[in-house]
Amino acid sequence: MSFDIALFLTQDGLTNGAIYALMALALVLVFAVTRVIFVPQGEFLAYGALTLASLEAGKLPGTIWLLLALGILAFLFDLPGLLRQRRARAALQSATWNLAVPLLIAALVYVMATEQTARPVQIALTCALVVPLGPLLYRVAYQPIADAPVLVLLIVSVALHFALSGLGLLLFGAEGVRTAPFSDASFTAGALVVSGQSLWVYACSVVLMALLYLFFDRTLYGKALRATAVNRIGARLSGISTVFAGRASFLLAASIGVFSGVLIAPITTIYYDTGFLVGLKGFVGAIIGGLISYPLAAAGALLVGLLESFASFYASAFKEVIVFTLIIPVLLWLSLRTHHDEEEE
Amino acid sequence: MRRGLLVLLAGLFAFAPALLSDYWTTLLDYIGLYALVVLGIVLLTGIAGQVSFGQAAFVGLGAYATAWLTTAHDASPWIGLLLGLLVTAVFALVLGLITTRLSGHFLPLGTIAWGLALFYLFGNLEFLGGFTGMSGIPPLQVLGHELRSAQSFFYPIWLCVLAAVLSIQWLLDSRSGRAIRALRSTASMAQSFGVDTATLKVKVFVYAALLAALSGWLYAHFQRFVNPTPFGLHVGIEYLFMAVVGGAGYVWGALLGAALITVLKQLLQSVLPQLVGSSGQFEIVVFGVLLIAVLHGAREGIWGWIDARITPLRPHRRMIAAAAAPAARARPAPDSVLLEVRAARKTFGGLIAVNDVSFEQRAGEILGLIGPNGAGKSTTFNLITGMLPLSGGEVRFRGQSLAGLPPARIARLGIARTFQHVKLVPGMSVLENVALGGHLRGGAGFVRGMLHLERAEERLLLAEAARQIERVGLGEHLHTPAGSLALGMQRIVEVARALAADPTLLLLDEPAAGLRYQEKQALARLLEKLRGEGLSILLVEHDMDFVMGLVDRVVVLDFGVKLAEGLPRTVRDDPVVIEAYLGA
Amino acid sequence: MPDALLEASLVSVAYGKVRAVQEVSLRVAPGTVVSVIGANGAGKTTLLCALMGLLPCTGGVRYAGEDVRELTTERRVARGLSLVAERRELFGSMSVHDNLLLGAFHRRRDPATHADLEAVFERFPRLRERHRQQASTLSGGERQMLALGRALMARPRLLMLDEPSLGLAPLIVHEIFRIVRELKDNGVSILLVEQNARAALQIADYGYVLETGAMALEGPARELEHDPRVVETYLGLGGKEDRERRTRGHGGVDRAGS
Repeated sequence: MSFDIALFLTQDGLTNGAIYALMALALVLVFAVTRVIFVPQGEFLAYGALTLASLEAGKLPGTIWLLLALGILAFLFDLPGLLRQRRARAALQSATWNLAVPLLIAALVYVMATEQTARPVQIALTCALVVPLGPLLYRVAYQPIADAPVLVLLIVSVALHFALSGLGLLLFGAEGVRTAPFSDASFTAGALVVSGQSLWVYACSVVLMALLYLFFDRTLYGKALRATAVNRIGARLSGISTVFAGRASFLLAASIGVFSGVLIAPITTIYYDTGFLVGLKGFVGAIIGGLISYPLAAAGALLVGLLESFASFYASAFKEVIVFTLIIPVLLWLSLRTHHDEEEE
Repeated sequence: MRRGLLVLLAGLFAFAPALLSDYWTTLLDYIGLYALVVLGIVLLTGIAGQVSFGQAAFVGLGAYATAWLTTAHDASPWIGLLLGLLVTAVFALVLGLITTRLSGHFLPLGTIAWGLALFYLFGNLEFLGGFTGMSGIPPLQVLGHELRSAQSFFYPIWLCVLAAVLSIQWLLDSRSGRAIRALRSTASMAQSFGVDTATLKVKVFVYAALLAALSGWLYAHFQRFVNPTPFGLHVGIEYLFMAVVGGAGYVWGALLGAALITVLKQLLQSVLPQLVGSSGQFEIVVFGVLLIAVLHGAREGIWGWIDARITPLRPHRRMIAAAAAPAARARPAPDSVLLEVRAARKTFGGLIAVNDVSFEQRAGEILGLIGPNGAGKSTTFNLITGMLPLSGGEVRFRGQSLAGLPPARIARLGIARTFQHVKLVPGMSVLENVALGGHLRGGAGFVRGMLHLERAEERLLLAEAARQIERVGLGEHLHTPAGSLALGMQRIVEVARALAADPTLLLLDEPAAGLRYQEKQALARLLEKLRGEGLSILLVEHDMDFVMGLVDRVVVLDFGVKLAEGLPRTVRDDPVVIEAYLGA
Repeated sequence: MPDALLEASLVSVAYGKVRAVQEVSLRVAPGTVVSVIGANGAGKTTLLCALMGLLPCTGGVRYAGEDVRELTTERRVARGLSLVAERRELFGSMSVHDNLLLGAFHRRRDPATHADLEAVFERFPRLRERHRQQASTLSGGERQMLALGRALMARPRLLMLDEPSLGLAPLIVHEIFRIVRELKDNGVSILLVEQNARAALQIADYGYVLETGAMALEGPARELEHDPRVVETYLGLGGKEDRERRTRGHGGVDRAGS
């Protein structure tokens, strides 16, 4: 292998790795706050990319129906509690967030989808459509069993992944999409050609990670999420609602997912089922961080990206196998290094 | 009554192939094949707590081994079975040695990793037919009959399921089974009573893999064709689904889960296209949504849901026959030095939890260890019992250094303990929990337990456990699930469990916490009696009345340092102790 | 009889098939200290968790005249009901300062939080010294102070304390009970759950005895202290002259927590 090829592979690996790192951060965030291993994280990436592609093509994205349906479902889930409590404010709140807001977003997208709109508007519409799915899914799938064992939550995640990937096919079809790049520029440094889009990926990932850091370290809401992750009962006793924390973490995770999808769609062809493997590789990174540490998770995900890039050069048919097999020794090493008593909380 | 009903149902079931159509018989055959795998998952994941996504790969090993041997070498399917089990055992042993060491969330990912790897291996090996697979596998022959139909295959499949159910039920009711049930939530407790948890996990892992391989072997001769698809990761996930939906903690949950998911998928595939046209992905959406709905309603799985509603609070009664006590240990000479702690030190990162603490305990003495929370008392216990490695210093028991010995070995020397945070297996009866304490006084292993060949020894262990429970005054609670007792009583169960180990040295971590005045008096009398019988007791306790009236000597710890040591009266008047601990 | 601040009527809690608390009724009048004593496992912690909304229960729970049974824990905190849990439930990997700040999460837009933080630091100077330290590095006594301080940041009208003396040196226990008295003098009503029956009854106006999930006895604390049934089961006969001496010497604290 020549130096140029190695350099190219590194660049390629880092680009994918940056996306995996974003996935890993979202997974760590969701797991720490809710104990949910969020297998469908990758679906947000796919949904984001596919929705953007629909808007780009001037078509009405299928996610619009999903948003409305989930909103109605979430309201129905709220209903028994609302009837019992008879509190007007709570009812109004539920109706606003589950019915009015989705309807408003849907109407907006319905009107604007077929118009020729600028790229930033399309991205904004994509976010408005797909990001609310995060908290809505939390409400519908996880909130009713928020205190179930991790294994049950994991199985729910897998089931949700099945449902969402099936829906993805129904809503978007089997065609792969690739969106227009943010910039056509490319930069040459010696033999290395770096595309503008790759730079966008790097820059946006770094900015997003910095923002997340500031959010968790400086704001009271960020601290409240961390507190929930550290001690759920303690958080409730401090007046921090676990429902709020759950929805907030799913909102963040969905944002990160959609954002990643928008970033990667110009580089890689995205199919309705692309999300799963991307999410799984993010998961590998997250696991390397022990599902606790954000920096370690990001580093682990970058490693996965690099590993995959080099593996596909040597044996492209086996790249998944190589990535997942090489993970075992890493896991073993981590597992032997971290002595934690599983039963002591 | 129940037994009669069960036999009746089983009898009816045996006639199923004669009564049902081909379609339903075939479905039942598949349910049986899946149930075999899921039974392994129940044991491995639901009971022993080791989440595995990779069982489908073991099914593949069993299927491919026989497929290759019978087609390429014209061997008998029975040789194929042997080879399949052998290959699977070797693979499972190696993978198990690696994977079961993985802790926490590393474990599921590890199983995903080798599940994927084996799948690609099947698809890429030429002699296994690649992704197209192998056909022309001969049918199974039993007593000269070729089993070609779904009807005839029904019997071998369901006999295997029956055998698997029985073996697991028997195993769980044995000495090894108690240890397995302790693996999930209280593994460190099991270790401190001599259970080699690492080896036990591997054994469970291998057994679950062998059940999967057996299913694979049956599958290969039933289908008479294999390709990699049914052994991939998605199928592995589906097996786990079956276990969780049926009830991962229940043996019958495996059968129920396998049946429900199989039938549900069939129904969805046949009904949905009629309802919504031919959009092929709709069934997976409905499948996912239904699963979520089931888990919302029954997070312990459907069998768990039934169990909680139908079965009353009925303890699992075990017969206790009169039996002689198992052999007891020789007691050391009274007043000889039993335990020496020399400059013991434990650091966690920069924090010094135990700072060069030294004391010794003599045989037949009750020594009290007192101090506020965080003083290092429990850490000292963990250093003595080998739960934590020493950072410095030395611990000697009857003259032998304990440095580097694992908890199970230290237990063997005659040290038994209780825990500050009670570590009982909540779903097991008091009797079974206490019998776990006598683990090292029996020797029957995994296989003997599975075949019910250890009944004589089991009687001995249970009788001894019952004796110890009577001794601590909980005789009326023998068959109560330990988790439903009040916390104070659970602590006493822990004392009985420690006594069942026939220890020389008993370490008690806050045994009186949560007891009322009268119960404390009774406990004090029991401990005095034990001392009279030559037992030595090291006691961590906060209740000064209780400690001072009972112990022979006291050691006071604060911030990991020994403040004072001596007779209760002198320690109580020690100005250092008053200043730092008791207050004026 | 004045209106009760907290009134529980026929509250029952079950864990699966096991009834942990059965038809328990109690009331806390404004400005008083009420103690619930009983053995560990009698259901004291379960009762507090139910009152706080951490566990589902049947029966009635009224706080300040309002039925709060449908309210979540967080809403009860916002209404002035706070619990210092037996296990303290601190945010171990976060700083002392952040722990306290989060105690006031429900009134995050209230500018008075800063003054309250100052007041907590006044009351517990040790916490000010360690305000940058992680909560997990604190000693047992400091943790209890932090837990108390965090609860106070919510400005409770009724403070529920679950075994505040648990696992602390007799010296610190003394200090904790002094603070409880101080809070009472500041008008905070207190529901105190303790195994340390003697200390709990000495500080209380009214007392309840909980046995295997049901109320066995109740009455003014002064009377309960001398009730022969309480003396025999929970306080001991006090026959040993030795203990009598120490008990008086330590302000009624007969043990070092548990």
